[in-house]
Amino acid sequence: MSYFSDIYKGIKTLLTGMSVTGKYFLTSRKGAITQQYPDNRDTLKMFERFRGEVVMPHDENNEHQCTGCQKCELACPNGSIEIIWDRGIDEATGKKKKFIDRHIYHLGLCTMCGLCIEACPTDAIVWAQNYENSTYDRTQLTKVLNRPGSKVKAGIED
Amino acid sequence: MNISLNITETIQEWLMSMMPEGVASIAAMVTVALIYLIIFAVAGLYLVLLERRVAAWFQLRIGPNRVGPLGLLQTMADALKLVSKELTGTIKADKFLYNLAPYFVIVSSLMALAVFPFTKEFQAFDINIGIFFLIAISSIGVIGILLGGWSSNNKFALIGAMRSGVQTISYELSVGLSLLTMIVITGSLQLSEIVEVQKQGWLILQGHVPAIIAFMVYMIAGTAETNRAPFDMVEAESELGAGFHTEYSGMKFAYFFLAEFINMFIIAAIATTVFFGAWLSPFGITESLPWLGVFWFLGKTLILVFLMMWFRWTFPRLRVDQLLTLEWKYLLPINLINILIMAIIVWLNLTIKF
Ligand code: SF4
Ligand code: SF4
Repeated sequence: MSYFSDIYKGIKTLLTGMSVTGKYFLTSRKGAITQQYPDNRDTLKMFERFRGEVVMPHDENNEHQCTGCQKCELACPNGSIEIIWDRGIDEATGKKKKFIDRHIYHLGLCTMCGLCIEACPTDAIVWAQNYENSTYDRTQLTKVLNRPGSKVKAGIED
Repeated sequence: MNISLNITETIQEWLMSMMPEGVASIAAMVTVALIYLIIFAVAGLYLVLLERRVAAWFQLRIGPNRVGPLGLLQTMADALKLVSKELTGTIKADKFLYNLAPYFVIVSSLMALAVFPFTKEFQAFDINIGIFFLIAISSIGVIGILLGGWSSNNKFALIGAMRSGVQTISYELSVGLSLLTMIVITGSLQLSEIVEVQKQGWLILQGHVPAIIAFMVYMIAGTAETNRAPFDMVEAESELGAGFHTEYSGMKFAYFFLAEFINMFIIAAIATTVFFGAWLSPFGITESLPWLGVFWFLGKTLILVFLMMWFRWTFPRLRVDQLLTLEWKYLLPINLINILIMAIIVWLNLTIKF
Protein backbone atom coordinates (compact mmCIF):
# COMPACT_ATOMS: atom_id res chain seq x y z
CA MET A 1 0.00 0.00 0.00
CA SER A 2 3.02 2.24 0.34
CA TYR A 3 2.74 2.71 -3.42
CA PHE A 4 -0.34 4.90 -3.12
CA SER A 5 0.81 6.71 -0.02
CA ASP A 6 4.03 7.46 -1.90
CA ILE A 7 2.06 9.06 -4.68
CA TYR A 8 -0.01 11.04 -2.19
CA LYS A 9 3.07 12.17 -0.27
CA GLY A 10 4.88 13.02 -3.48
CA ILE A 11 2.10 15.25 -4.76
CA LYS A 12 1.67 16.86 -1.34
CA THR A 13 5.34 17.74 -0.94
CA LEU A 14 5.56 19.06 -4.48
CA LEU A 15 2.58 21.30 -3.87
CA THR A 16 4.11 22.52 -0.61
CA GLY A 17 7.25 23.45 -2.48
CA MET A 18 5.28 25.21 -5.18
CA SER A 19 3.31 27.21 -2.64
CA VAL A 20 6.56 28.40 -1.05
CA THR A 21 8.02 29.61 -4.33
CA GLY A 22 4.62 30.91 -5.38
CA LYS A 23 4.53 33.14 -2.31
CA TYR A 24 7.99 34.42 -3.14
CA PHE A 25 6.86 35.13 -6.66
CA LEU A 26 3.90 37.18 -5.49
CA THR A 27 5.85 39.18 -2.92
CA SER A 28 8.93 39.74 -5.08
CA ARG A 29 7.59 42.99 -6.51
CA LYS A 30 7.57 44.57 -3.04
CA GLY A 31 11.30 44.32 -2.64
CA ALA A 32 14.00 42.38 -4.34
CA ILE A 33 16.81 41.37 -2.05
CA THR A 34 19.42 42.21 -4.65
CA GLN A 35 20.81 45.69 -5.26
CA GLN A 36 20.81 47.56 -8.55
CA TYR A 37 24.47 48.26 -8.96
CA PRO A 38 25.13 51.63 -10.60
CA ASP A 39 21.86 53.26 -9.51
CA ASN A 40 22.36 53.30 -5.78
CA ARG A 41 26.00 54.22 -5.48
CA ASP A 42 25.25 57.28 -3.36
CA THR A 43 22.79 55.78 -0.94
CA LEU A 44 24.22 52.30 -0.69
CA LYS A 45 25.40 51.28 2.73
CA MET A 46 27.71 48.31 2.57
CA PHE A 47 27.47 45.47 5.02
CA GLU A 48 29.95 44.92 7.77
CA ARG A 49 30.92 41.45 6.68
CA PHE A 50 31.37 42.39 3.04
CA ARG A 51 34.85 41.57 1.75
CA GLY A 52 36.04 44.25 -0.64
CA GLU A 53 39.80 44.15 -0.36
CA VAL A 54 42.43 43.88 2.36
CA VAL A 55 43.55 47.24 3.73
CA MET A 56 45.77 48.39 6.56
CA PRO A 57 44.25 51.18 8.62
CA HIS A 58 46.51 54.03 9.71
CA ASP A 59 45.78 56.46 12.51
CA GLU A 60 46.24 60.24 12.42
CA ASN A 61 49.98 60.01 13.21
CA ASN A 62 50.45 57.81 10.15
CA GLU A 63 50.98 54.78 12.36
CA HIS A 64 49.78 51.26 11.62
CA GLN A 65 49.76 48.14 13.75
CA CYS A 66 51.78 45.79 11.56
CA THR A 67 54.81 44.36 13.28
CA GLY A 68 56.12 42.58 10.24
CA CYS A 69 55.62 39.14 11.73
CA GLN A 70 54.77 37.71 8.27
CA LYS A 71 51.98 35.50 9.61
CA CYS A 72 49.63 36.82 6.98
CA GLU A 73 52.12 36.03 4.24
CA LEU A 74 52.34 32.46 5.50
CA ALA A 75 48.61 32.12 5.92
CA CYS A 76 47.72 33.20 2.42
CA PRO A 77 46.97 30.08 0.36
CA ASN A 78 47.87 31.66 -2.96
CA GLY A 79 50.71 34.02 -2.15
CA SER A 80 48.83 37.26 -2.52
CA ILE A 81 50.82 38.93 0.24
CA GLU A 82 54.48 39.73 0.12
CA ILE A 83 56.21 41.42 3.00
CA ILE A 84 59.47 43.21 2.51
CA TRP A 85 60.95 43.77 5.90
CA ASP A 86 64.07 45.09 7.46
CA ARG A 87 65.72 45.39 10.83
CA GLY A 88 66.35 48.64 12.61
CA ILE A 89 67.02 50.05 16.04
CA ASP A 90 64.02 50.60 18.25
CA GLU A 91 64.27 54.18 19.53
CA ALA A 92 62.63 53.48 22.84
CA THR A 93 64.61 50.44 23.91
CA GLY A 94 67.67 50.69 21.72
CA LYS A 95 67.32 47.04 20.72
CA LYS A 96 67.32 45.63 17.20
CA LYS A 97 63.82 45.09 15.87
CA LYS A 98 62.01 43.86 12.76
CA PHE A 99 59.79 46.32 10.90
CA ILE A 100 58.07 46.31 7.54
CA ASP A 101 59.40 48.17 4.62
CA ARG A 102 56.52 47.40 2.29
CA HIS A 103 53.46 45.24 2.80
CA ILE A 104 52.58 44.26 -0.75
CA TYR A 105 49.11 42.94 -1.51
CA HIS A 106 48.09 41.55 -4.91
CA LEU A 107 44.38 42.18 -5.20
CA GLY A 108 44.36 40.40 -8.52
CA LEU A 109 45.40 37.14 -6.86
CA CYS A 110 43.34 37.41 -3.72
CA THR A 111 40.38 35.05 -3.36
CA MET A 112 38.93 36.98 -0.43
CA CYS A 113 39.28 34.01 1.87
CA GLY A 114 40.15 36.16 4.85
CA LEU A 115 42.79 33.85 6.25
CA CYS A 116 45.37 36.64 6.43
CA ILE A 117 43.06 38.75 8.55
CA GLU A 118 42.35 35.79 10.82
CA ALA A 119 46.06 35.14 11.16
CA CYS A 120 47.19 38.66 12.02
CA PRO A 121 47.97 38.77 15.76
CA THR A 122 47.71 42.55 16.02
CA ASP A 123 44.68 43.16 13.79
CA ALA A 124 46.79 45.29 11.51
CA ILE A 125 44.82 44.41 8.38
CA VAL A 126 41.05 44.48 7.94
CA TRP A 127 38.43 44.18 5.21
CA ALA A 128 37.52 47.33 3.33
CA GLN A 129 33.98 47.77 2.10
CA ASN A 130 34.65 49.23 -1.32
CA TYR A 131 33.49 47.24 -4.32
CA GLU A 132 34.61 49.11 -7.40
CA ASN A 133 37.90 47.36 -7.93
CA SER A 134 38.06 47.18 -11.70
CA THR A 135 40.93 48.92 -13.44
CA TYR A 136 42.22 49.11 -16.99
CA ASP A 137 45.70 48.00 -16.01
CA ARG A 138 46.39 45.04 -13.79
CA THR A 139 49.54 46.54 -12.32
CA GLN A 140 47.21 48.83 -10.41
CA LEU A 141 45.95 45.78 -8.56
CA THR A 142 49.26 45.35 -6.81
CA LYS A 143 49.04 47.57 -3.81
CA VAL A 144 51.38 48.62 -1.02
CA LEU A 145 49.30 48.60 2.10
CA ASN A 146 51.48 50.62 4.45
CA ARG A 147 51.64 54.29 3.58
CA PRO A 148 54.99 55.88 2.81
CA GLY A 149 56.67 57.16 5.92
CA SER A 150 54.36 55.30 8.24
CA LYS A 151 55.63 53.43 11.24
CA VAL A 152 54.37 50.91 13.67
CA LYS A 153 52.38 52.09 16.64
CA ALA A 154 54.38 52.03 19.83
CA GLY A 155 53.65 49.24 22.24
CA ILE A 156 51.75 47.08 19.80
CA GLU A 157 54.10 44.15 20.23
CA ASP A 158 53.57 43.82 23.95
CA MET B 1 -14.26 42.93 -38.04
CA ASN B 2 -13.91 40.63 -40.92
CA ILE B 3 -10.25 39.66 -41.11
CA SER B 4 -9.66 36.65 -43.24
CA LEU B 5 -7.82 34.29 -40.94
CA ASN B 6 -7.35 31.35 -43.21
CA ILE B 7 -3.79 32.34 -43.98
CA THR B 8 -2.78 29.55 -46.31
CA GLU B 9 -5.80 29.97 -48.55
CA THR B 10 -5.70 33.75 -48.51
CA ILE B 11 -2.07 33.81 -49.50
CA GLN B 12 -2.56 31.12 -52.07
CA GLU B 13 -5.48 32.91 -53.71
CA TRP B 14 -3.52 36.11 -53.79
CA LEU B 15 -0.56 34.41 -55.41
CA MET B 16 -2.76 32.48 -57.84
CA SER B 17 -3.90 35.78 -59.29
CA MET B 18 -0.32 36.39 -60.34
CA MET B 19 1.17 33.04 -61.34
CA PRO B 20 0.25 29.51 -62.44
CA GLU B 21 -1.25 27.16 -59.91
CA GLY B 22 1.68 24.87 -59.17
CA VAL B 23 4.09 27.71 -58.63
CA ALA B 24 1.53 29.54 -56.56
CA SER B 25 1.03 26.70 -54.08
CA ILE B 26 4.78 26.29 -53.59
CA ALA B 27 5.20 30.04 -53.19
CA ALA B 28 2.33 30.07 -50.69
CA MET B 29 3.98 27.32 -48.64
CA VAL B 30 7.26 29.19 -48.58
CA THR B 31 5.57 32.44 -47.59
CA VAL B 32 3.64 30.81 -44.75
CA ALA B 33 6.77 29.02 -43.57
CA LEU B 34 8.69 32.30 -43.53
CA ILE B 35 5.94 34.06 -41.61
CA TYR B 36 5.90 31.30 -39.00
CA LEU B 37 9.69 31.26 -38.83
CA ILE B 38 9.91 34.97 -38.12
CA ILE B 39 7.03 35.01 -35.65
CA PHE B 40 8.37 32.09 -33.66
CA ALA B 41 12.00 33.12 -33.70
CA VAL B 42 10.91 36.38 -32.08
CA ALA B 43 8.42 34.62 -29.81
CA GLY B 44 11.17 32.21 -28.73
CA LEU B 45 13.41 35.11 -27.81
CA TYR B 46 10.64 36.64 -25.72
CA LEU B 47 10.03 33.33 -24.00
CA VAL B 48 13.69 33.36 -22.98
CA LEU B 49 13.21 36.85 -21.60
CA LEU B 50 10.04 35.78 -19.80
CA GLU B 51 11.85 32.84 -18.27
CA ARG B 52 14.62 35.08 -17.00
CA ARG B 53 12.23 37.60 -15.52
CA VAL B 54 10.07 34.94 -13.92
CA ALA B 55 13.14 33.20 -12.54
CA ALA B 56 14.28 36.49 -11.06
CA TRP B 57 10.93 37.04 -9.39
CA PHE B 58 10.95 33.56 -7.92
CA GLN B 59 14.36 34.23 -6.46
CA LEU B 60 13.50 37.73 -5.22
CA ARG B 61 15.75 39.34 -7.78
CA ILE B 62 14.90 41.92 -10.42
CA GLY B 63 16.10 40.26 -13.61
CA PRO B 64 17.29 41.80 -16.87
CA ASN B 65 16.11 45.41 -16.95
CA ARG B 66 18.82 47.39 -18.71
CA VAL B 67 18.58 46.86 -22.46
CA GLY B 68 15.61 48.77 -23.79
CA PRO B 69 12.54 49.69 -21.77
CA LEU B 70 12.14 47.23 -18.88
CA GLY B 71 14.86 45.08 -20.43
CA LEU B 72 12.58 44.13 -23.32
CA LEU B 73 15.41 44.11 -25.84
CA GLN B 74 17.76 42.02 -23.72
CA THR B 75 17.34 38.75 -25.58
CA MET B 76 17.45 40.51 -28.95
CA ALA B 77 20.83 41.88 -27.95
CA ASP B 78 21.88 38.41 -26.80
CA ALA B 79 20.85 36.92 -30.13
CA LEU B 80 22.81 39.58 -32.01
CA LYS B 81 25.82 38.83 -29.87
CA LEU B 82 25.48 35.10 -30.56
CA VAL B 83 25.21 35.70 -34.31
CA SER B 84 28.43 37.67 -34.30
CA LYS B 85 30.31 35.06 -32.30
CA GLU B 86 32.84 32.68 -33.74
CA LEU B 87 31.65 29.16 -34.43
CA THR B 88 34.17 27.00 -32.70
CA GLY B 89 34.33 23.27 -33.13
CA THR B 90 36.46 20.34 -32.12
CA ILE B 91 39.03 18.83 -34.46
CA LYS B 92 37.93 15.28 -33.80
CA ALA B 93 34.24 16.02 -34.23
CA ASP B 94 32.33 14.22 -36.93
CA LYS B 95 31.93 17.41 -38.95
CA PHE B 96 28.87 16.50 -40.97
CA LEU B 97 26.75 15.27 -38.08
CA TYR B 98 28.11 17.96 -35.81
CA ASN B 99 26.87 20.68 -38.14
CA LEU B 100 23.62 18.91 -38.89
CA ALA B 101 22.48 18.36 -35.30
CA PRO B 102 21.29 21.89 -34.39
CA TYR B 103 19.18 22.10 -37.55
CA PHE B 104 17.51 18.79 -36.73
CA VAL B 105 16.51 20.14 -33.36
CA ILE B 106 15.24 23.52 -34.49
CA VAL B 107 13.51 22.28 -37.64
CA SER B 108 11.63 19.55 -35.83
CA SER B 109 10.39 21.97 -33.22
CA LEU B 110 9.34 24.51 -35.85
CA MET B 111 7.54 21.82 -37.85
CA ALA B 112 5.31 21.01 -34.95
CA LEU B 113 4.09 24.60 -34.84
CA ALA B 114 2.40 24.29 -38.21
CA VAL B 115 -0.56 22.30 -36.96
CA PHE B 116 -1.75 24.40 -34.03
CA PRO B 117 -5.14 26.06 -34.43
CA PHE B 118 -4.32 29.52 -33.12
CA THR B 119 -7.85 30.57 -33.86
CA LYS B 120 -10.66 29.48 -36.12
CA GLU B 121 -9.00 28.77 -39.46
CA PHE B 122 -5.71 30.36 -38.44
CA GLN B 123 -3.88 27.12 -38.86
CA ALA B 124 -1.20 26.50 -41.44
CA PHE B 125 -1.80 22.79 -41.87
CA ASP B 126 -4.93 21.04 -40.62
CA ILE B 127 -3.70 17.48 -41.04
CA ASN B 128 -6.18 14.73 -40.16
CA ILE B 129 -3.71 12.91 -37.91
CA GLY B 130 -2.80 16.09 -36.00
CA ILE B 131 -2.03 14.69 -32.55
CA PHE B 132 -0.19 11.73 -34.01
CA PHE B 133 1.88 14.10 -36.13
CA LEU B 134 2.75 16.17 -33.06
CA ILE B 135 3.81 13.16 -31.03
CA ALA B 136 5.92 11.89 -33.92
CA ILE B 137 7.57 15.23 -34.67
CA SER B 138 8.33 15.98 -31.05
CA SER B 139 10.36 12.78 -30.79
CA ILE B 140 12.49 13.63 -33.82
CA GLY B 141 14.20 16.43 -31.93
CA VAL B 142 15.95 13.89 -29.75
CA ILE B 143 17.79 12.57 -32.79
CA GLY B 144 19.37 15.98 -33.13
CA ILE B 145 20.42 15.87 -29.50
CA LEU B 146 21.86 12.39 -29.88
CA LEU B 147 23.70 13.37 -33.04
CA GLY B 148 25.08 16.48 -31.40
CA GLY B 149 26.28 14.56 -28.37
CA TRP B 150 27.76 11.73 -30.38
CA SER B 151 29.54 13.78 -33.02
CA SER B 152 31.06 16.27 -30.58
CA ASN B 153 33.47 13.54 -29.48
CA ASN B 154 33.26 14.72 -25.93
CA LYS B 155 32.39 12.47 -23.01
CA PHE B 156 30.17 15.00 -21.29
CA ALA B 157 28.27 15.65 -24.47
CA LEU B 158 27.87 11.92 -25.06
CA ILE B 159 26.62 11.21 -21.56
CA GLY B 160 24.21 14.12 -21.85
CA ALA B 161 22.91 12.90 -25.16
CA MET B 162 22.48 9.34 -23.93
CA ARG B 163 20.56 10.54 -20.91
CA SER B 164 18.39 12.57 -23.20
CA GLY B 165 17.73 9.47 -25.26
CA VAL B 166 16.73 7.46 -22.20
CA GLN B 167 14.55 10.24 -20.94
CA THR B 168 12.75 11.11 -24.13
CA ILE B 169 12.09 7.52 -25.12
CA SER B 170 10.54 6.73 -21.74
CA TYR B 171 8.52 9.88 -21.34
CA GLU B 172 7.33 9.79 -24.94
CA LEU B 173 5.10 6.93 -23.82
CA SER B 174 3.41 8.95 -21.13
CA VAL B 175 2.90 11.94 -23.38
CA GLY B 176 1.34 9.76 -26.03
CA LEU B 177 -0.86 7.80 -23.65
CA SER B 178 -2.12 10.83 -21.78
CA LEU B 179 -3.06 12.47 -25.07
CA LEU B 180 -4.73 9.23 -26.20
CA THR B 181 -6.84 9.35 -23.06
CA MET B 182 -8.33 12.56 -24.37
CA ILE B 183 -8.64 11.19 -27.89
CA VAL B 184 -11.00 8.60 -26.41
CA ILE B 185 -13.47 11.45 -25.83
CA THR B 186 -12.98 13.32 -29.08
CA GLY B 187 -12.76 10.28 -31.31
CA SER B 188 -10.61 12.22 -33.75
CA LEU B 189 -6.94 13.04 -34.09
CA GLN B 190 -7.57 16.15 -36.16
CA LEU B 191 -6.92 19.26 -34.12
CA SER B 192 -9.72 21.33 -35.62
CA GLU B 193 -12.15 18.56 -34.78
CA ILE B 194 -10.82 18.29 -31.24
CA VAL B 195 -11.59 21.98 -30.87
CA GLU B 196 -15.04 21.42 -32.35
CA VAL B 197 -15.82 18.79 -29.69
CA GLN B 198 -14.76 21.23 -26.99
CA LYS B 199 -17.52 23.66 -27.88
CA GLN B 200 -19.58 21.58 -25.44
CA GLY B 201 -17.09 22.23 -22.65
CA TRP B 202 -13.34 22.01 -22.49
CA LEU B 203 -12.10 18.46 -22.43
CA ILE B 204 -10.66 18.81 -18.95
CA LEU B 205 -14.25 19.43 -17.73
CA GLN B 206 -15.87 16.92 -20.06
CA GLY B 207 -13.59 14.15 -18.91
CA HIS B 208 -13.48 15.32 -15.25
CA VAL B 209 -11.41 12.99 -12.99
CA PRO B 210 -9.47 10.97 -15.58
CA ALA B 211 -8.93 14.12 -17.63
CA ILE B 212 -7.34 15.89 -14.68
CA ILE B 213 -5.12 12.88 -14.01
CA ALA B 214 -4.21 12.78 -17.69
CA PHE B 215 -3.39 16.48 -17.58
CA MET B 216 -1.10 16.04 -14.58
CA VAL B 217 0.67 13.12 -16.21
CA TYR B 218 0.96 15.09 -19.43
CA MET B 219 2.50 18.11 -17.72
CA ILE B 220 5.07 15.97 -15.89
CA ALA B 221 5.98 13.99 -18.99
CA GLY B 222 5.94 17.09 -21.16
CA THR B 223 8.37 18.86 -18.88
CA ALA B 224 10.59 15.81 -19.06
CA GLU B 225 10.36 15.79 -22.85
CA THR B 226 11.65 19.31 -23.13
CA ASN B 227 14.60 18.39 -20.92
CA ARG B 228 13.85 21.18 -18.49
CA ALA B 229 14.43 21.17 -14.78
CA PRO B 230 13.62 19.13 -12.71
CA PHE B 231 14.35 16.70 -15.55
CA ASP B 232 17.41 18.48 -16.94
CA MET B 233 20.01 15.78 -16.38
CA VAL B 234 20.75 16.15 -20.05
CA GLU B 235 22.55 19.39 -19.36
CA ALA B 236 23.12 19.04 -15.64
CA GLU B 237 25.56 21.89 -15.22
CA SER B 238 27.09 20.53 -12.04
CA GLU B 239 28.10 17.22 -13.60
CA LEU B 240 28.20 17.60 -17.37
CA GLY B 241 29.24 21.13 -18.21
CA ALA B 242 26.53 22.03 -20.66
CA GLY B 243 25.61 18.46 -21.60
CA PHE B 244 25.04 17.67 -25.25
CA HIS B 245 25.75 21.21 -26.45
CA THR B 246 29.05 21.61 -24.60
CA GLU B 247 30.98 21.87 -27.86
CA TYR B 248 28.62 24.26 -29.60
CA SER B 249 29.03 28.00 -29.75
CA GLY B 250 27.52 31.01 -31.41
CA MET B 251 24.44 30.54 -33.55
CA LYS B 252 24.51 26.75 -33.36
CA PHE B 253 24.24 26.95 -29.62
CA ALA B 254 21.48 29.49 -30.03
CA TYR B 255 19.50 27.00 -32.13
CA PHE B 256 19.59 24.45 -29.33
CA PHE B 257 18.67 27.11 -26.84
CA LEU B 258 15.83 28.50 -28.91
CA ALA B 259 14.56 24.99 -29.65
CA GLU B 260 14.26 24.31 -25.93
CA PHE B 261 12.00 27.30 -25.50
CA ILE B 262 9.96 26.64 -28.61
CA ASN B 263 9.52 23.06 -27.40
CA MET B 264 8.25 24.37 -24.11
CA PHE B 265 5.77 26.51 -26.02
CA ILE B 266 4.74 23.47 -28.07
CA ILE B 267 4.14 21.31 -25.02
CA ALA B 268 2.02 24.06 -23.51
CA ALA B 269 0.22 24.61 -26.81
CA ILE B 270 -0.66 20.91 -27.13
CA ALA B 271 -2.03 20.98 -23.59
CA THR B 272 -4.04 24.08 -24.45
CA THR B 273 -5.46 22.48 -27.56
CA VAL B 274 -6.28 19.12 -26.05
CA PHE B 275 -7.29 20.01 -22.49
CA PHE B 276 -8.28 23.67 -22.43
CA GLY B 277 -10.25 24.25 -25.59
CA ALA B 278 -7.57 25.85 -27.78
CA TRP B 279 -8.89 29.21 -29.01
CA LEU B 280 -12.35 28.81 -27.47
CA SER B 281 -13.11 31.53 -24.96
CA PRO B 282 -14.46 30.60 -21.51
CA PHE B 283 -18.30 30.35 -21.67
CA GLY B 284 -18.10 31.47 -25.29
CA ILE B 285 -17.98 35.15 -24.34
CA THR B 286 -16.17 36.23 -27.50
CA GLU B 287 -17.70 33.73 -29.87
CA SER B 288 -18.68 36.38 -32.39
CA LEU B 289 -15.10 37.61 -32.78
CA PRO B 290 -13.04 34.66 -33.99
CA TRP B 291 -9.81 36.66 -34.24
CA LEU B 292 -9.84 37.08 -30.45
CA GLY B 293 -9.13 33.35 -30.39
CA VAL B 294 -5.46 34.12 -30.87
CA PHE B 295 -5.57 36.03 -27.62
CA TRP B 296 -7.25 33.18 -25.75
CA PHE B 297 -4.94 30.57 -27.24
CA LEU B 298 -1.80 32.49 -26.36
CA GLY B 299 -3.16 33.42 -22.95
CA LYS B 300 -3.85 29.82 -22.00
CA THR B 301 -0.53 28.69 -23.45
CA LEU B 302 1.40 31.30 -21.51
CA ILE B 303 -0.29 30.27 -18.28
CA LEU B 304 0.87 26.70 -18.87
CA VAL B 305 4.35 27.92 -19.82
CA PHE B 306 4.39 29.81 -16.55
CA LEU B 307 3.44 26.59 -14.76
CA MET B 308 6.45 24.87 -16.31
CA MET B 309 8.68 27.72 -15.24
CA TRP B 310 7.23 27.45 -11.77
CA PHE B 311 8.23 23.75 -11.75
CA ARG B 312 11.69 24.63 -12.91
CA TRP B 313 12.40 27.16 -10.18
CA THR B 314 10.90 25.04 -7.42
CA PHE B 315 11.96 21.44 -7.78
CA PRO B 316 15.42 19.94 -7.42
CA ARG B 317 16.85 17.83 -10.21
CA LEU B 318 16.08 14.09 -10.26
CA ARG B 319 18.65 11.34 -10.44
CA VAL B 320 18.61 9.06 -13.48
CA ASP B 321 17.21 6.09 -11.55
CA GLN B 322 14.57 8.25 -9.89
CA LEU B 323 13.62 9.58 -13.28
CA LEU B 324 13.09 6.11 -14.68
CA THR B 325 11.27 4.93 -11.56
CA LEU B 326 8.88 7.85 -11.87
CA GLU B 327 8.12 6.99 -15.46
CA TRP B 328 7.97 3.21 -15.47
CA LYS B 329 6.61 2.52 -12.00
CA TYR B 330 4.28 5.46 -11.52
CA LEU B 331 3.29 7.42 -14.60
CA LEU B 332 2.93 4.51 -17.01
CA PRO B 333 0.70 2.23 -14.87
CA ILE B 334 -1.39 5.20 -13.76
CA ASN B 335 -1.75 6.21 -17.36
CA LEU B 336 -2.84 2.77 -18.52
CA ILE B 337 -5.46 2.48 -15.80
CA ASN B 338 -6.55 6.03 -16.50
CA ILE B 339 -7.13 5.31 -20.17
CA LEU B 340 -9.29 2.35 -19.15
CA ILE B 341 -11.34 4.49 -16.78
CA MET B 342 -11.76 7.08 -19.49
CA ALA B 343 -12.95 4.43 -21.93
CA ILE B 344 -15.53 3.21 -19.41
CA ILE B 345 -16.71 6.75 -18.75
CA VAL B 346 -17.15 7.44 -22.42
CA TRP B 347 -18.86 4.10 -22.95
CA LEU B 348 -21.35 4.75 -20.12
CA ASN B 349 -21.82 8.34 -21.29
CA LEU B 350 -20.66 9.78 -18.01
CA THR B 351 -18.85 12.73 -19.60
CA ILE B 352 -20.06 16.19 -18.62
CA LYS B 353 -21.45 18.10 -21.58
CA PHE B 354 -22.89 21.58 -21.53
S1 SF4 C 1 42.14 37.12 1.81
FE1 SF4 C 1 43.05 35.10 1.51
S2 SF4 C 1 43.80 35.18 -0.59
FE2 SF4 C 1 43.44 37.27 -0.01
S3 SF4 C 1 45.37 37.99 0.75
FE3 SF4 C 1 44.23 37.24 2.53
S4 SF4 C 1 44.86 35.12 2.77
FE4 SF4 C 1 45.52 35.76 0.72
S1 SF4 D 1 49.73 42.41 8.71
FE1 SF4 D 1 49.56 41.33 10.67
S2 SF4 D 1 50.16 39.24 10.20
FE2 SF4 D 1 50.82 40.47 8.45
S3 SF4 D 1 52.95 41.00 8.95
FE3 SF4 D 1 51.69 42.66 9.72
S4 SF4 D 1 51.27 42.13 11.84
FE4 SF4 D 1 52.03 40.27 10.87
